[in-house]
Amino acid sequence: MADPMRIRANVVGDTTEVKVLMSHEMETGQRKDSAGKVIPAWHIQNVTATYNGKTVLTAQWGPAVSKNPFLSFKFKGGAKGDKVQISWVDNRGEKRTDEATIA
Amino acid sequence: MNAQRRDVLKSGGGVTMLALLAAAGWLKPGQALAADGWNAAAFATKSLDDTVRALGGSAPAPSTDISFVQTPDIAENGAVVPVGVTSAIPKTESIAILVEKNPNMLVGVFDIPPGTAPSITTRMKMGQSSKVYALVKADGKYYVASKEVKVTLGGCGG
Repeated sequence: MADPMRIRANVVGDTTEVKVLMSHEMETGQRKDSAGKVIPAWHIQNVTATYNGKTVLTAQWGPAVSKNPFLSFKFKGGAKGDKVQISWVDNRGEKRTDEATIA
Repeated sequence: MNAQRRDVLKSGGGVTMLALLAAAGWLKPGQALAADGWNAAAFATKSLDDTVRALGGSAPAPSTDISFVQTPDIAENGAVVPVGVTSAIPKTESIAILVEKNPNMLVGVFDIPPGTAPSITTRMKMGQSSKVYALVKADGKYYVASKEVKVTLGGCGG
């Protein structure tokens, strides 16, 4: 099981800025191990962010996103104390969902 | 070491062709960007035009309304290159980031629903110094902007 994400959400005026740090190996499938065998690709494929049940961002990622991916975006609305939910699915079918309180 | 690298690229090329053929058969453009799907064909492309086609569009128009934020001119570490794209084009629906000289160009596609700012920041890997493209879909049309990023230490293949 992957480690939890670190999510920070701050509301400034009428927009909420969300910053996410995920914990994932993001193996490209291009590297070889010491025995010369290709290390299979292992990376996050889909990311979804929701606020109050409404999707505020979806993303599809390839293996070229850095290890332990960082993502930040902004959406209109959001109030202090509300929750923002982020979830991802990787190419092995592993999933992780975390939520943060907007500050 | 360099010869090995070529081999990897070659074998990768074969897979790409398969993926493209498969995509032509049973993936309709547009369907490819479904919310919970992963557009395998788009992530296997090796040129800007191919990527746009795999995403369901055609030739993108150059635009000055797309800007790179927090993206360095010179990146010290290719494994972690900050990249941010902001679009000033109205009705921006999605933002894609591509690196010209990576084994597969597409880094990621971000779908922007109404109410979300057409501006995203993330970190990506770059194998070598290359042009970085920001591809924006707005109101059904595709727009593109590019920026040269120099990498002093590659991020792919170690």
